[in-house]
Amino acid sequence: MKFQIPIGPQHPALKEPISLRMTVEGEVIRDADIRLGYNHRGLEKLAEQKTWIQNIYLTERICGICSHSHTTCYVQGVEKLMELEPPKRGLYIRTLVAELERIHSHLLWLGVAGHEAGFDSFFMYTWRDREIVMDILEIITGNRVHYGINTIGGVRRDLDEQQVKRILDSLDILRQRSEYYKHLGTNEPSFVARLAGVGYLSREDAIALCAVGPTLRASGVAMDVRKDDPYAVYDEVPFEVCTADTCDVLGRTVVRIKELFQCYNIIEFLLKNLPAGPVAVRAPRRAKPNEVVSRYEAPRGENIHYIKSNGTDKPERLKVRAPTLGNYAATIQMLKNGFIADVPLIFAAIDPCICCAERAVSLVDARTGQEKIISLNSLKSLSLKLSAGNKRKREAEWPL
Amino acid sequence: MLTKLTHWSRLKSPWILHLNTGACNACDIEVVAALTPRFDVERFGILLKATPRHADVIICTGPATRQMKDRLIRIYEQTPDPKFVIAVGACAMSGCVYRGAYNVIGGIDQVIPVDVYVPGCPVRPDAVIDGVVKLLNKLKG
Repeated sequence: MKFQIPIGPQHPALKEPISLRMTVEGEVIRDADIRLGYNHRGLEKLAEQKTWIQNIYLTERICGICSHSHTTCYVQGVEKLMELEPPKRGLYIRTLVAELERIHSHLLWLGVAGHEAGFDSFFMYTWRDREIVMDILEIITGNRVHYGINTIGGVRRDLDEQQVKRILDSLDILRQRSEYYKHLGTNEPSFVARLAGVGYLSREDAIALCAVGPTLRASGVAMDVRKDDPYAVYDEVPFEVCTADTCDVLGRTVVRIKELFQCYNIIEFLLKNLPAGPVAVRAPRRAKPNEVVSRYEAPRGENIHYIKSNGTDKPERLKVRAPTLGNYAATIQMLKNGFIADVPLIFAAIDPCICCAERAVSLVDARTGQEKIISLNSLKSLSLKLSAGNKRKREAEWPL
Repeated sequence: MLTKLTHWSRLKSPWILHLNTGACNACDIEVVAALTPRFDVERFGILLKATPRHADVIICTGPATRQMKDRLIRIYEQTPDPKFVIAVGACAMSGCVYRGAYNVIGGIDQVIPVDVYVPGCPVRPDAVIDGVVKLLNKLKG
């Protein structure tokens, strides 16, 4: 006996609107279907109406967690189109903010994973420490979430000695805290028992289904755009690509905790080797007709922007492939043959960022949807409309 | 007596439903951050609830998208009376950068009535708390 269970768009287990349809046999999920479009805003079309500079702030608002990822990806592409070479100091600061963002995103994810696993004090701990990173970001950029630090040809704000010292001090606290999480994440028996073996994704499947980011790396594939196709200053920075081979949610947790330590090392390196000089160069208003693909390793995986210019001050086309979209196919594979109770955990493990992924609406999905959900008011008006033409019977007969 | 008691309890424990109607996640994270130790709204009796049937206050983030419009109305209908809506962030107020996009209707107030607007892109957690407190003051008066 098979049942279909709809989850979402508003559901306790989900933080963002998305609709999942599970076909279940008892407790076991046999098939899953993801429905999108609740968060689709039409951003790519909107980008065509805005200038190169305005679009930085638009791409920033693709996603609030990886806002720097999207702007950097976009700005790198535009710099290639305009044939600009940003100064070294600008690139260093850009990379610094990127790594700080990775820390805040991973801490956030650890908290969410703890919450989904029923370990709420872990959630509170990581989010408390996340505030330290948010403070650093606020000091550097002036904002907690949408940093607005990127500009075409560099960054908008410079760092001073005091800020550098403050960041290095905070790093010590974060390192200490992360040691504790590492210990907790790998040794706490109930936490490990909850995560181990859940959401299995084999190495072959991960490659075949084009998984990206920590999801892919937790299946034992050492792929990282920062290493494979270095952008900004990653070719100068020493760091390792973190992998795990357990292929489950535990592996994804371990990969993220390991990456935290890499982030601290990278930030330390960047701050100690910060070159002097200007932070930005002047950018032209127009770009020659051309097209470019820009890659970036966001906290969730590989982010791709395709930009096409036509000689004006606006892009002709901007296409965004966010990491979460790359992970959807793998998620369905992970959900299959799992338990219903594991859905939030598996889904959270890819660190879904639905607002990132909602670039395109697949109309096919909407058309095959058999059932229709209507609100109470529209149901009322529908029934009124249907019964409007009916004759009123003065003396209705009881049908039985 | 009983009305006095309900009024008191309503002021002391506003339960919140957080609803993303198409936001970029920034406001959502800041709303959740308001629950965590640095800001800790739970000391005011504010509790984040997962279902609209338990909630008194709906915190909406993000512009209303066309796909989400009907769901938004449905969730508003599911919330028991008396209910209040807080529009959090510039998008929920007017649409922010998404204004003019084909799939965005505009602010939340285009779809459901809104009691309190909290500006910011994204709002700070402090601002969210301030918004809730202002709503409670409105209830008192």
